[in-house]
Amino acid sequence: MREQPYEIVIGLEVHVQLRTRTKLFCRCSTEFGQPANTQTCPVCTGQPGSLPVMNRDAFQLSMKTALALHCQIPEFTRWDRKQYYYPDLPKGYQISQYDLPMSCDGWLEICDSQGVFDPKRVGIIRAHLEEDAGKSMHDETSGRADSRIDLNRTGTPLLEIVSQPDLRSAAEARAYLDELKLLLQYLDVSDCNMQEGSLRVDANVNLHLDEPGGVIATPIVEIKNLNSFRAVERALEYESQRQYEVWLEKGVKKGDIPKQTRGWDDQLEVTRAQRHKEESSDYRYFPDPDLVPVVVTPDEVERVRATVGELPAALRLRLQEEYDVSEYDANVIVNQGRDFVGYFVEVADASGDARRTSNWIQQEILRRLNELQMSIRQFPVTAAALAGLVKAIASGELDSSRGRDVFGRMFEHGESAAEAMQSLGIVSVDAGSLRSLCEGLLAENPRVVAEVKEGKQKAVGALIGQAKRLNPNVNPSEVREICLELIAQQ
Amino acid sequence: MKGCQVSLSLADVKKVAMLARLQLSDTELERMTHQLGQIVDYVNQLAELDTESVTPLSHAGELVNVFAEDKPRPGLSRAEVLSGAPKQDDECYRVPAVLGE
Ligand SMILES: [Zn+2]
Repeated sequence: MREQPYEIVIGLEVHVQLRTRTKLFCRCSTEFGQPANTQTCPVCTGQPGSLPVMNRDAFQLSMKTALALHCQIPEFTRWDRKQYYYPDLPKGYQISQYDLPMSCDGWLEICDSQGVFDPKRVGIIRAHLEEDAGKSMHDETSGRADSRIDLNRTGTPLLEIVSQPDLRSAAEARAYLDELKLLLQYLDVSDCNMQEGSLRVDANVNLHLDEPGGVIATPIVEIKNLNSFRAVERALEYESQRQYEVWLEKGVKKGDIPKQTRGWDDQLEVTRAQRHKEESSDYRYFPDPDLVPVVVTPDEVERVRATVGELPAALRLRLQEEYDVSEYDANVIVNQGRDFVGYFVEVADASGDARRTSNWIQQEILRRLNELQMSIRQFPVTAAALAGLVKAIASGELDSSRGRDVFGRMFEHGESAAEAMQSLGIVSVDAGSLRSLCEGLLAENPRVVAEVKEGKQKAVGALIGQAKRLNPNVNPSEVREICLELIAQQ
Repeated sequence: MKGCQVSLSLADVKKVAMLARLQLSDTELERMTHQLGQIVDYVNQLAELDTESVTPLSHAGELVNVFAEDKPRPGLSRAEVLSGAPKQDDECYRVPAVLGE
């Protein structure tokens, strides 16, 4: 890594669309991709006299997520109006949470199995539940100066997860986002689809510089329009370098100017200044009188905590401890998702050989899943079938070099390991016939026998090739063993 | 909050008008400063009370935990929802392009 004359300080705000059927405060559908303005009602379009009512599932999913992030759940929480004018915000305010969020003070651990950075706990300041705005589309094609507004998304439940400024590199930020997304998928609280806007990221970044008079901070910049995790990494790399150059040129420090907002341009790979963000007090937050507060009892917190299930960090440890796979392998398996872990555990338990299972899964299966863009649920080789294959190889019944052919057959035809071996004419060679085959070979190859006797054990390799030609089902290591044994007895 | 008196200046009213996207003439600004000032003065009277031992209230009602089940219900038709808009194109609302983004 390049040595930089500064430290990057990053905090991330992630907006997650929760997996509910209806919106946060009305019962309009949240289904994506429907014709514009066909999923609205008086509540989400801000008609006078309409009243919002909180979606129970949205609150439960938020609490589940907050607990998985080790957050505290205060007993009392309420919703506030955040007021600003924008055409995609029909009420003139967003219902959000201000001073009493539904959760706070959590953490998420990130690590890197390649050792790019040390494992660390990234603090979570808060996770709060709020409604989404609509979508504005800028109509440039017709040459008209209008913007078009679709209110289908207005009122969709979002959980905003705000991290502490604990991240110190673009790689750490990326790891945090990957781990958070994985966690959300394990919890099944969101589909995390960035293309559909189910996961949105804003980054706050500035630099700490070691100057003779002490550490100096550059002004904090919030980066928006980050449409992929890759974009987050690139934008942070670009922005930190930009801030360093501005510092060298102008020497502006944090506090000299208000917080700026810059947008990421994915094509040109630069950040560009956006309109002045209104100061927090300009949003004139106040408690929404249309909504009543929520009081959560400790019992209810425990009831939701019990639904969290085993999470990635715990699973990685369990795979290492109970299945003796390496940290790296445990990462690969767990990062594929809960179904994939389930598949691994089933094969490992049924075959009794976790290490071999791990190798097969990471080589043959992951490769094919990636090639076919398929999930493990759709994979034609079932866990029971793969366990049969791993068992046959572990017991020596099947030579591992032929294992691939058997696997290919299982994959193509949906056969069990035994069926595939039969289809390929692979039968295990019994001890008696293997011994007589070896005796025949030794009789025909006195030279090899002589060389082995002189101590050149390697010479026996020539016999293995011959044995395979005579009977493709022989196990090479068995042939080698028996031949050496027979020569020693001569 | 005893003794915490707030007064309203012309500058405050100008800022609030800007945030509310209201264009007020100078006479209107002066009138609003006076009228809003009276409301603030009225609220200021509350500061005379001793509220030391009173817990702040989030809501005038006593109710908490009002939830609805996550079951979709039909809302407005597109024609209905767009019917109140000054400008629309049968699919979307049309608004003046937002500058600065
Ligand atoms: Zn609605």
